[in-house]
Amino acid sequence: MTRATIRFAALVCVLAGLLASPNARAEGGLERVKRAGVLRWGGDLQGGEPFVSQDPGDPTRLVGFEVDIAAGIARVLGVRPEFVENDWSTLVPSLERGGFDVAMNGLEVMPSRAARVSFTRPYYVFTERLIARKGDARVRASLAALAGLRVGTLASSYAFELLRDRSEVVVYEGTEEPYLDLERGRTDAVLLDDIIAARYGEPNPALSVVGDVAQGYYAVAARKSEPDLVAAIDGAIAQMAASGELEAILRRTALWSAREEKLASWTPADQLLMTGGPASDAPPAGMTPRHVLLFIQGALMTLLVSTLAMMLAVPLGLSLALARRWGPRWLDLSAGFYVELYRGTPVLLQLYVLYYGLAPVVRINALTAAVLGLGMNYAAYEAEAYRAGLQAVPRGQMEAAVSLGMSLPLALRRIILPQAFRHALPNVTNDFIALLKDSSLVSVITVVELTKQMTITAVDVRGWLLPGLLCAALYLAMSWPLSFVARRLETRLARG
Amino acid sequence: MITIEKLAKSYAGGGPILRGVDVTFVRGQVVAIAGPSGAGKSTLLRCINGLEAFDAGSIRVENDTLVPGGDRTNAQALAAIRGRVGFVFQTWNLFAHRTALANVMEAPVHVRKTAVSEARARAESLLERVGLAHRANAYPHELSGGEQQRVAIARALAMDPAALLLDEPTSALDPSRKGEVLAVLRALAESGMTMLLVTHDIAFAREVAHRAVVIAEGRIAADGDPKHVLAPEE
Repeated sequence: MTRATIRFAALVCVLAGLLASPNARAEGGLERVKRAGVLRWGGDLQGGEPFVSQDPGDPTRLVGFEVDIAAGIARVLGVRPEFVENDWSTLVPSLERGGFDVAMNGLEVMPSRAARVSFTRPYYVFTERLIARKGDARVRASLAALAGLRVGTLASSYAFELLRDRSEVVVYEGTEEPYLDLERGRTDAVLLDDIIAARYGEPNPALSVVGDVAQGYYAVAARKSEPDLVAAIDGAIAQMAASGELEAILRRTALWSAREEKLASWTPADQLLMTGGPASDAPPAGMTPRHVLLFIQGALMTLLVSTLAMMLAVPLGLSLALARRWGPRWLDLSAGFYVELYRGTPVLLQLYVLYYGLAPVVRINALTAAVLGLGMNYAAYEAEAYRAGLQAVPRGQMEAAVSLGMSLPLALRRIILPQAFRHALPNVTNDFIALLKDSSLVSVITVVELTKQMTITAVDVRGWLLPGLLCAALYLAMSWPLSFVARRLETRLARG
Repeated sequence: MITIEKLAKSYAGGGPILRGVDVTFVRGQVVAIAGPSGAGKSTLLRCINGLEAFDAGSIRVENDTLVPGGDRTNAQALAAIRGRVGFVFQTWNLFAHRTALANVMEAPVHVRKTAVSEARARAESLLERVGLAHRANAYPHELSGGEQQRVAIARALAMDPAALLLDEPTSALDPSRKGEVLAVLRALAESGMTMLLVTHDIAFAREVAHRAVVIAEGRIAADGDPKHVLAPEE
């Protein structure tokens, strides 16, 4: 074996070790929790009030009905609760990896989740609430009536499962943005859990509730390999429901209604119905040709956004570089300010401002905002690449050009820019490849591109490995030829 | 044809480099401009075609006059002067991304809008005149310094200048390469081209120049027959 193959083999071993499930432990889950004296529960503070959030009066303290329920469960188990912050969209994979003992943060019970983790009996019965603009008669309170409409919801949510294949779904990552876009007419309706609708949608005077179209449950999720922990938490919730403690907790955050009475009279049959049949050992759905097609669509969207953004960034960046090198002082200063502003602030923030922040002034669609946002951001980097390229052209070239009677624009076009471009090309190529990958950020303004498609598919097929590899392969398939063409171009230019 | 009056210039943050230069150059003359390093020879030359701005005085080339500052008032005069006065740099400054032939064709085609076929024929004959017809398709980095300088001379001649300004055209060259450039300049001088030649090469100046101007400390120190003004090198 050569040294390279040994190194490769070692790398494979390390990767295999990382991928191996850490769940295989001799000790049971309940035993571990009791020995540690701590029930570590995962959630996302960003979900905000009333789930889990920082106490506005004392930010070191957490408040919310889930905090109280976790405390109740821990008390019954005889341990102390400990909150672990984790991005909401990755709660399930983090639970599987062993980041915490249970996940509890508005996790809706649905078949795709029930196949990966075990759910306890529910601690809250929610409804999917449909909200539309006031007086919009097209939106009626049934799922069937949503066919063909543009409906906003959260990624990986129960509502998303209900809407896909039925409506044109617009996927958001935050709870406020769906209602902002609805108000501005970018969508026709928003379907989300009643708690979110009540907090973020209903207070908006331009919107009104159309009705509740489905019912579902929040329950505590635990690893499938730890049925003893699930049983213990089941017992704890049952005890809290029977004693009226659960009702008191839900009443404190105004979440109690008649439908929550079901929580106290929960039966094993209800549990079976909720999780979509007997705990299935059926293999996960797996990737289908349809998924691959969606991936290719996502890749094309990535390519479209990146290419259009680069087509904007290159001329804009060039203008900025020229303004800084040869423009009058005020233009030089403005261009310098532009570059510092766009390089010095996160592109994510720029996309938010462009799409949500400016919406009251100019209403542009998501794809346009994505192209403009990325293009204007990358223009700042292109400006620097060209500036370096311009600086690399010796002074004498410009002197020779003007001494032959060339005007400044002619000298730039014929003599300086072709040479500057040659110096800048490696950086411009790097930037385009970086842009291909940065384009995944536009998913925050509801554009579904390759990375977003991967996270959606990962939930579908209950695994990250295959979608992740396919996603990586598609990114490589786009960036590799680009590097190749750029190298060829560099060689060709270097000859001249 | 070139009249310079009371020309003065200081470099920002430095002392004065020209302290009031009055001199006139007439058509058909080859004038050597000599003097110690840093005396202002090159600056004088660069002021004439506007590569450097100046602080006081004026420069008139035929009917066009340059005055201090005011880029806009000078722009038209400058364009006219640059069209009539060619410049040859110490370090050639050939366009690095163009072949020798394309370097020579560039200005006639894009500034003067000469037809490409006509410009090409003229460029080929100019390259032949400087002895480089066989190197027409070479890029600057493939040429020796002497060859590059000869292409640069052909490039300046392509605009049919009434006068040629040469800023130490041989001082960046290996001694073994100077001869080929000097031969080209000698032939040009014999053809009657008006030339202002900044040089340290006293022997060559004495040989080809009709007149020598010596600049020292930003002023004209001597002006006259090169045989008298320029002392032969020891």
